[in-house]
Amino acid sequence: MSALRIAGVRKRFGAQEVLKGIDLEVDSGEFLVLVGPSGCGKSTLLNIIAGLEAPGEGTVEIGSRLVNDVEPKDRDIAMVFQSYALYPTMTVRQNITFGMECRNVPKRAQDEAVERVSRLLQIDQLLHRKPSQLSGGQRQRVAMGRALVRDPTLFLFDEPLSNLDAKLRVEMRLEIKQLHRRIGATIVYVTHDQIEAMTMATRIAVMHQGEVQQFADPETIYNRPANLFVARFMGAPPMNCVSARVVSAGDGLAAVIGAGRPDAIQLPLSREAEAGAGAFKDRAVVLGIRPECIAEEDRRFGADERGSIAVEAPVEMTEPTGAETIVLMRLGGEQLLGRVSPDVRLPVGGNARFAVDARKLCLFDPATERLIA
Amino acid sequence: MLAPWLVHLVLWPPLLVSVVHIIGFTGYTTWISFTSSTLIPENDFVGLRNYNSVLASRNWTIATENLLIFGTGFVVLTTAIGLTLAVLLDQRIRAENVLRTIYLYPMAVSFVVTGTVWSWLLNPSIGIQKLVRGLGWEAFRFDWVVDRDMAIYTIVIAGAWQASGFAMALFLAGIRSVDADLYKAAQIDGAGPWRIYRRVVLPAIWPIFIAVMVILLQYTIKTFDLVRALTGGGPGIATQLPSLVVYDLMFQRGLLGRGSAAAVLMLLYLLAVLLPYFAFVQWRKRRNARHG
Repeated sequence: MSALRIAGVRKRFGAQEVLKGIDLEVDSGEFLVLVGPSGCGKSTLLNIIAGLEAPGEGTVEIGSRLVNDVEPKDRDIAMVFQSYALYPTMTVRQNITFGMECRNVPKRAQDEAVERVSRLLQIDQLLHRKPSQLSGGQRQRVAMGRALVRDPTLFLFDEPLSNLDAKLRVEMRLEIKQLHRRIGATIVYVTHDQIEAMTMATRIAVMHQGEVQQFADPETIYNRPANLFVARFMGAPPMNCVSARVVSAGDGLAAVIGAGRPDAIQLPLSREAEAGAGAFKDRAVVLGIRPECIAEEDRRFGADERGSIAVEAPVEMTEPTGAETIVLMRLGGEQLLGRVSPDVRLPVGGNARFAVDARKLCLFDPATERLIA
Repeated sequence: MLAPWLVHLVLWPPLLVSVVHIIGFTGYTTWISFTSSTLIPENDFVGLRNYNSVLASRNWTIATENLLIFGTGFVVLTTAIGLTLAVLLDQRIRAENVLRTIYLYPMAVSFVVTGTVWSWLLNPSIGIQKLVRGLGWEAFRFDWVVDRDMAIYTIVIAGAWQASGFAMALFLAGIRSVDADLYKAAQIDGAGPWRIYRRVVLPAIWPIFIAVMVILLQYTIKTFDLVRALTGGGPGIATQLPSLVVYDLMFQRGLLGRGSAAAVLMLLYLLAVLLPYFAFVQWRKRRNARHG
């Protein structure tokens, strides 16, 4: 069953069009993450779903019901805000019950709901406190509690973790994901953090300049980004995107970085990639390769030996993170990032040998920036 | 960097003038209030004689009663009107800036002008009563300004007219400083506009209520020119206020000692309002520091 369907939604503020025709459909129980840089329109879209702003054009359906003209309170939604938006003069309990009070839920039912939710979120010790007496993580929990008591068709999260410190953010991320699994709710979650998107979503909509750039599951978004924007936005460190040339090699095709140079590198394309790359034979393309596809020379990628290609490249800089070492190198005149095992000592300024995983190469049309293979 | 001598030149004269004028003259007035001074200052200590005589006078009793009526009426009415205007202006209406300026304008007018204009409006033979009667309601009466029991309320009206815009500006600033997400959360929770203001917004800006009330209250204690221009303290002494009593004792009757005693009593009234407020401000600062 579709929990949320958005069709042809447009919105402009004055002369600026912030949403340029958004279509999304989310099934019941899904965790949709809207991700994009600030100003991409993701928060506006969330406000339109919530009914806090009206779309200029298009329709919004929640639980198969057209809600364009339905008040926020009657949309059967609950929302968690970046600032938590806890009512400062009310206690935690009052914060949680305020919505039920507005909907005239009987006192007994209110108490039961508070009981259930506060135990679920482990905030039962805090019910009599004011928001100003809570830590950031506790406020976050209360904000979620306020949403949970409603048991809505749709949960909306507006960058709920941005105000937390890094450690707490990771904890709450896990907790929200567990909560989603436990209660099977449908969630629309807005963030600018691509790691949150990758870790929590069942489906991701990457937004940029008022348009959905790609709407797919996290694996597809990561491995087959629809265009260069998605390729560069998702993943940290980001995908290497360098200019290359498609040439024939033996009975197949290959991409060459730094064609014509003495240090040119040739990477064979997979059978699947050749279908799309054929039209670009002997033409320039943008080659996308994830940093983790460039590793120390004795690394094996998967069971298939042929995917691994040995290259030698000058090392320009290394960044040890502890778990791995990020290495900046030069291949065919282009700068690329690789990720090698932390016990490999690399000579900065000298040459080193690397293994390249050629199975997951992405090719983009340099003119349209779209994925071609 | 300023030369050191210039720093001293800039700092010391104003400081000296302030100290002499504020602390010095306050101290001198207090000293005079304990002497038998009449037209010219004397230096004989007579204890609390002047205070006893001022506190026992009918003039002072009426002035204090009036101060209570005026203070309560003025603060309540001004707060109510200011808050109503602020909530109405908060509805994202067009021409908000123009309206805000218009409502604030009375503040720019001196109390003497307000008093004079309202004395004309309230004068039964030329003001509102005359106008309504002229429109055909022959039996209409609005003669509070010449009515002993009601005259003090005309001062409340004129004062509220002048200060409501100021209260509005403070309330509006407070309302606007409330996190916009709170409105959204309350809307999703299903609260209507009235409930959002009553339960979420207004409780969140309670410190502003205190500030507005304290500012208005210290206004009322100092009020002089408004009454002087509007009723002159009359009819009779029906709208007498402490400041008028001070003026009367000192400059009409030439009783410096008693006038000073009345002035010191006024200062005590003021401190009774301001000291708790400063204590409250300190308490909040400390509490906020604790909660980060």
